[in-house]
Amino acid sequence: MNIPKIKYLRNASFHEKLESFFNNIGGLTVFNIEFFKQLFTLPIEIAQIKKHMSELGVKTFSIVSIMGFILGFVLALQSFPVLERFGATDFLPATVSLSIIRELAPILTALIFAGRVSSGIGAEISSMRVTEQIDAMEVSAVNPFKYLVVSRVIATTIILPILTIYVIMISLIGAFIAVIMTDSMSFIYFIEAVISSIAFGDLIPALVKTYFFGYIVGIVGSYKGYTADGGTEGVGRASTTAVVMASLLILIVDMVMVKITVWLWPSIG
Amino acid sequence: MNNPIIEINDLEKSFGDLRILNKISLSVFEGENFIVFGQSGTGKSVLLKCIVGLLEPDAGDIKIYGNSILNLKTEKLNEIRKTMGFLFQGAALYDSMSVRENLQFPLIRNYNFSKEELEQKTIATLNMVGLESAIDKMPSELSGGMRKRIGLARAIITEPKIMLYDEPTTGLDPITSKEISVLILELQKKLNMTSIVVTHDLLCAEIIADRAIVLDKGDIIKEGTIKELTSSDNKLLRNFFSHEIIKQ
Repeated sequence: MNIPKIKYLRNASFHEKLESFFNNIGGLTVFNIEFFKQLFTLPIEIAQIKKHMSELGVKTFSIVSIMGFILGFVLALQSFPVLERFGATDFLPATVSLSIIRELAPILTALIFAGRVSSGIGAEISSMRVTEQIDAMEVSAVNPFKYLVVSRVIATTIILPILTIYVIMISLIGAFIAVIMTDSMSFIYFIEAVISSIAFGDLIPALVKTYFFGYIVGIVGSYKGYTADGGTEGVGRASTTAVVMASLLILIVDMVMVKITVWLWPSIG
Repeated sequence: MNNPIIEINDLEKSFGDLRILNKISLSVFEGENFIVFGQSGTGKSVLLKCIVGLLEPDAGDIKIYGNSILNLKTEKLNEIRKTMGFLFQGAALYDSMSVRENLQFPLIRNYNFSKEELEQKTIATLNMVGLESAIDKMPSELSGGMRKRIGLARAIITEPKIMLYDEPTTGLDPITSKEISVLILELQKKLNMTSIVVTHDLLCAEIIADRAIVLDKGDIIKEGTIKELTSSDNKLLRNFFSHEIIKQ
């Protein structure tokens, strides 16, 4: 596999920046192709995948719990006065739950996940690169791409949808607590209204796109780490650029996925 | 000396416009300890990395056991790599693994040993480098000398026929340097390995070397025994070795 290392350019000219941008796109494309080639070759790193999933879950559990609760709570609290003005407070559970499920929980969980995990993967793999640990694996006749990259990308792709479902539930709890504070409806009414307002077309596309987000987080972090250059400075750069690149790609893919969802299920548009 | 285990012919390697190796040719024979001398940046480590397939040369050929390793498929190259050990300059221990896991990693990945066999091999190899007490330590808990020893243990646990050392004594105090050099020689005799040692440590070379070359700006400027090299009239060699002798 011949993936060019990303050179850091100080005081780069416009031409050099443009060249570096296209190098990144080319490198990331080659990296993706290599991932799919290696994905279907044996051995499958089950132990590594399990280990990474467990680590990623532990790493992000508390932060997404707090984010999820605040998201639901604030959304309900902000929406209530607006809906009250139009005498439509009965629509509060539907408004809040649909906003959370369709867009806010998947995208915010993915962005927080990118911030926490993509940088971690970038830093971890790049430090292995600059301290020759990846070379040591290769010399030991072990495929470092399969061992380090494929296992991590599979783990992030599986764990993000699970985290998103968890965040949706926590957000709805947060929203319900905000609703209690307004004394406007009972627990039973809130739950019934939430369940009756959610359709297949809301939940499935929202979860499907989180698989793509999880994949982006894993592949971008690994790419930045694997191609790192320039010692400890390179490690720092790999971790920060991984977050920026992953977050941007998540937002772009979200836009495309929403468009595809609306095209496939026009009724929910 | 009998058959050449490693043969290098007209090897060239450049990074951009910078030429690192310039038509290097050499042979390393079975059971030999071959030293590659040279100042920093003369292409010593690049030569080692070409031999093990981490870097692809621009031109020339590298033969190991009589077969060219260039343009080999990864599977075939890995079969050759399994017969080689590599001690990296910074030991390159896996940070996230304990000493035990570091040593067992190549065995678990490439062979089918039982748990008991793995444990026995690990303890026996750590015993050879005198560090069996460090088996449960993490790399961050080890000193520089200990890291080199563990790196060496990880490299020899697969019982390689060829051992490559990249600056095995760099960054160590003279006493530890000597200990590591003696250890390398002992292990070479015990395991009957062929070794290439990249270094600029004359003391290490004097202990280990059967034969040596000196690289300068990508060219071999002299080949011979350490005695022949140190008594050479070549100005560059005299400069290099007088500096090393003063350091000692």
